[in-house]
Amino acid sequence: MNRLIFALPLVVAALIGAFALWGLSGGRDPNAIPSALISKPVPDFELPPIEGVASPGLKTADLQGQGLTLVNVFASWCGPCRAEHPVLTRLAREEDVRLVAINYKDKPEAAAAWLEELGNPYERIGSDYSGRAGIEWGVTGVPETFIIDANGLVVHRFPGPVVGDGLRRFQEALDQARSAQ
Amino acid sequence: MIPELGQFALSLALMAALVQSVLPIVGAARGNTTWMASAQTTAVTQALLTAFAFGALMHSFIVSDFTVVNVVENSNSLKPMLYKVAGTWGSHEGSLLLWVLILAVFGAAVAVLGGNIPLALKARTLSVQAWISVGFLSFLILTSNPFDRIFPPPLDGQDLNPLLQDFGLAIHPPLLYIGYVGFSIVFSFAVAALIEGRVDPAWARWVRPWTLAAWMALTGGIALGSWWAYYELGWGGWWFWDPVENVSFMPWLAGTALLHSAIVTEKRDTFKAWTILLAILTFSLSLLGTFIVRSGLLTSVHAFAVDPERGVYILGLLAVSILGSLALFAWRAPAMEGGGLFAPISREAGLLINNLLIATACATVLFGTLYPLFLEAITDEKISVGPPFFNASFIPITLPLIIVMGIGPHLSWKRADLAGVLARLKWLGVIVLLAILVTAWIANGGPLLAVISMGIAVWLVGATVQDWARRAKLFQPGAWARIKRQPRASHGMTLAHLGLGVVMMGAIGASAWKTDNVSFAEEGTQVPIAGFEVTFEGINEVQGPNYIAQVATLNVTKGGEFVTYLYPERRVYPVAQTTTTESAIRQTLAGDLYVSIAEPASTSASGLWTLRLIYEPLVNFLWIGSVMLVLGGGLSLSDRRLRVGAPRRAAPTNATPAE
Repeated sequence: MNRLIFALPLVVAALIGAFALWGLSGGRDPNAIPSALISKPVPDFELPPIEGVASPGLKTADLQGQGLTLVNVFASWCGPCRAEHPVLTRLAREEDVRLVAINYKDKPEAAAAWLEELGNPYERIGSDYSGRAGIEWGVTGVPETFIIDANGLVVHRFPGPVVGDGLRRFQEALDQARSAQ
Repeated sequence: MIPELGQFALSLALMAALVQSVLPIVGAARGNTTWMASAQTTAVTQALLTAFAFGALMHSFIVSDFTVVNVVENSNSLKPMLYKVAGTWGSHEGSLLLWVLILAVFGAAVAVLGGNIPLALKARTLSVQAWISVGFLSFLILTSNPFDRIFPPPLDGQDLNPLLQDFGLAIHPPLLYIGYVGFSIVFSFAVAALIEGRVDPAWARWVRPWTLAAWMALTGGIALGSWWAYYELGWGGWWFWDPVENVSFMPWLAGTALLHSAIVTEKRDTFKAWTILLAILTFSLSLLGTFIVRSGLLTSVHAFAVDPERGVYILGLLAVSILGSLALFAWRAPAMEGGGLFAPISREAGLLINNLLIATACATVLFGTLYPLFLEAITDEKISVGPPFFNASFIPITLPLIIVMGIGPHLSWKRADLAGVLARLKWLGVIVLLAILVTAWIANGGPLLAVISMGIAVWLVGATVQDWARRAKLFQPGAWARIKRQPRASHGMTLAHLGLGVVMMGAIGASAWKTDNVSFAEEGTQVPIAGFEVTFEGINEVQGPNYIAQVATLNVTKGGEFVTYLYPERRVYPVAQTTTTESAIRQTLAGDLYVSIAEPASTSASGLWTLRLIYEPLVNFLWIGSVMLVLGGGLSLSDRRLRVGAPRRAAPTNATPAE
């Protein structure tokens, strides 16, 4: 009995270790907080276009009955957005999905210069200077990308840049959304 | 060239550590003095080589050598020199190198300063220390080389996160690491004692100065981190129960328990297995901290760039060191008990209760920190555990601890007279009741728990002062001579216990009676808070060395009388593409008036700034109390009895009232 007590710390430590080992395995992201919007219609919002950019603005109706759509939340001040930009451009070209954007808390001239420099793959861009639509969408950081199905329901929320391992996970979510159509 | 030399020095240090991990301990088993003594040389060599590598990395940062990836990612040629130097330990690789350096320096310190430690124990201890070195040096060299080159080199670096460009934060990690890693030597002593199969009062006396040094550094490191969060983050908070804060707090709790339990081992030759266990657990919790911060296991506001491969490697290191030492404990410790007996009411019993309560508090924090992981593993549900859990579970454990803490020093060893002690403290009881009433009156009510807690803090301070005055017989002639004659360790205890009481008052005041007010302000807007009126007078743009600042001017008055001007800033760092908040604070002992500004709310509201005002009563008590804790530890460390290498004086004639 006495010996068992002395072995107790060992057992507890081994248990914690087992959980930690589980925690490290298999693409788990502790920061992924599920979005409250999943399987719900996109929120009500209406955003004007960015001044000096050809793409029209973005509103709720633009996301209903228009096929599979990606809503990318970006800003010119955000470094990772720059990294995912070519990936999104390629996705829009090759994957047969619509790509639209919310330009989050960004100065119009900065956003316009950014799109001028990197190219504009977006069909529509809403300028959310006040961050109001960001609140409606529950945006926690930039970049974030939402997958919207043909009925205007949010099927997936992806926080962070769509690059590297993130691209693989995003692609899985996208394929799943497409097969559910 | 210099980075390559640094890398080479690291590899040589690994060689030295490998030799040190085998030769001395085998020598100790065979009674070969030469082999045992080799630990001296290898420990010093290892420390010098690691220091050289660290110096090489620091040199690359100072001269902004952008051919080194680590410098590119964490520095910038425009950065002030202090932060270039601090950039050395700003990244995962650099901080790990610092970790290894401190590990080696502690080993070398024992080799050089521990002249009074028996050769065999010293040899075993240094070998165990070298096992840890081998693990972390190989981790550094194999997975996280800080000297990797990049070609072609970029023109300029990416800059250190501006939030981290702060003096407090520049020295916070080194202090925290001295604390974390300092406990490694205590761990090594414990494992060596388990291998040797002997723990006696002498062992406890040899270990104590190292425990104290590490504990002081950890206390300072945690306090600085908290101070940084308070001044720099602009939220007016100083403790968030964030996983990364918790993992620094757990070794502190365990280390505090260890300090107290080692006293009993030293004075009364008992609590042996428990002291050994605490020594192992304290360092294990430090290792857990390193692992959690670097593996991305839990979500946190602090984190290094995350790499699962590194996580698995550290987890392997942890498994070997923690499970190995605990298995050794399970095997050898049962034979260790014995020693002095004591009555249920005695100094020993008091310290036992103290230890049990601290251990429970520590286990609570551990459980709360890892609970999201447990829950996700079992039910796949994701949650985060925040302040409500910790406040509800930690505070009820600490309050009885503080009450016992007031009584403990009044009790005598072996058998104490509780009724006599309580009778002695009855006037203090009256003062505590008065303090509770006064607090309730000043604060005009407030949460009942906070009011009572304030009384308990007053109890701790009062009981500690009374104990000190009683020992010194303060009101009888010759008090000064008695104060001087008493061991410094006992004055150290008094100061540290007082410090905790002061920290507690700060913590209660700043959390229970904090008021804040967020408003939109334009020129002329006046906002009232905690009896002050704050008037927003406008914004100026100022160019800093590597940032542009928008500085607000706020005029603070109280009842129409001018008090002060405050200038909170918002800084934009173009290179790192981030903004930071520099709050402005009017500090007084009674409380801080804390103001910060944020960007204009929206275009339609141009000219309107978000103004955040916070009044935090007693918050400076936190920092004052922390300084007292560290000074108390220092006073205790300077005690002749513990001074490393000092010849032992004749035993004092009167029984030493312990710490």
